Amino acid sequence: MTDEPRFGLTATASQTAGPFWHLIDFPAWADLLRADGPNAEVAGERIILTGRITDGDGAPCPDMMVELWQADPAGSYEGAFNGFGRCATDDDGMFRFTTLKPGPVRAAGNAFQAPHVALTLFARGLLHHLVTRLYFAGEALNEQDPVLSAVPPIRRATLIAQPEGAGVWRLDIRLQGERETVFLEV
Amino acid sequence: MTTSDQPGYRPAAPGSQPPLDAPAYGSTHKRHPKQPPLRIAATLTETSAPRMSAGLYPSHAELAKGPGWEAQGERIIVAGRVLDEDGRPLRGTMVEIWQANAAGRYNHERDRHDAPLDPNFKGEGRIFTDAEGWYRFTTIRPGAYPWRNHHNAWRPVHIHYSVFGAGFAQRLVTQMYFPGDPLLPIDPVFMAIPDAAARDRLVARFDLDIAEPEYALGYRFDIVLRGRAATPMENPA
Ligand SMILES: [Fe+2]
Repeated sequence: MTDEPRFGLTATASQTAGPFWHLIDFPAWADLLRADGPNAEVAGERIILTGRITDGDGAPCPDMMVELWQADPAGSYEGAFNGFGRCATDDDGMFRFTTLKPGPVRAAGNAFQAPHVALTLFARGLLHHLVTRLYFAGEALNEQDPVLSAVPPIRRATLIAQPEGAGVWRLDIRLQGERETVFLEV
Repeated sequence: MTTSDQPGYRPAAPGSQPPLDAPAYGSTHKRHPKQPPLRIAATLTETSAPRMSAGLYPSHAELAKGPGWEAQGERIIVAGRVLDEDGRPLRGTMVEIWQANAAGRYNHERDRHDAPLDPNFKGEGRIFTDAEGWYRFTTIRPGAYPWRNHHNAWRPVHIHYSVFGAGFAQRLVTQMYFPGDPLLPIDPVFMAIPDAAARDRLVARFDLDIAEPEYALGYRFDIVLRGRAATPMENPA
């Protein structure tokens, strides 16, 4: 990898969101299908995405801001569906989004990425946000997904949500230590 | 070898971003990943971004005063432009701020600092940049507040910022500081940024042209989001 020449300005430094970011939280934003939201009329498979975020001691992180970004059920980012959500973790470190299952997203050439959502984590103790992805267990496209393929096989499971009852998918996120989640530099 | 056909965003300039493992900032100890991040070639997921608008996300830029209410403290206007590294303005991008009140207390149930709450100061705002990338809030100068990172630890006066940009990979959450604050050189959050020039860019400039005569002083704080790379990157797979 060669460094690109730099010119002009330099991107502003990141700083922690701290413990009081909830001043910009709207709990309704965790439900992308909310009746008064942008997606109330969009059709698709309704799903719930949930999981626990834990630190290097395995302790739940109860103060996280989790943001979600995803394509629509057809795999497009350009359609009527606005695939953005924001969620606060609760006292047990759990996040929970209600959304539509995304479709395969176009990749390089004629290839497709497996259905996935991007997750961004902000919190006290994170001087820069963390980025990861949530994939769905059992998708045939998982085998050829360009991002999953770049993850060492032994760590891929940290990105793959498992079904947990009808329409519910669970992925726990471990910030540090054993079975640490794979985080992405995008 | 998988090649992306999406030019992504330029990597951070050396020293311009804080590390995740910052020993002087205690909360990073158990929260920083030990494994290096996996650098991936940009896909549509990273180069697209939510389309946000004031219709869906109500904007309000007046934190200091409104019909029938008025916050305590020194009124200030904070304004600036949101640009990318090539100097291009980001139009219609969502800028959110949140902050402590003039006494250094957040309107937040978990803030236990023994300082008065101000019932007229909520401390959060949201606005969308105009065609030239400008944003502008009227607020009050926040107070410094203590935290438990180490003995006698105080955060410098700051306003938290959240900015989206035109691509998922441009997302930024940061803090704006005030010129001349004696707490800056001893703050582990601010000092975690290795490059002094990058730190300086988080300090707003006092700007009389932004001030409103006989109403509020002015500060200028520009925000730069990552620029697009010239060419797509190749995945190491
Ligand atoms: Fe703060």
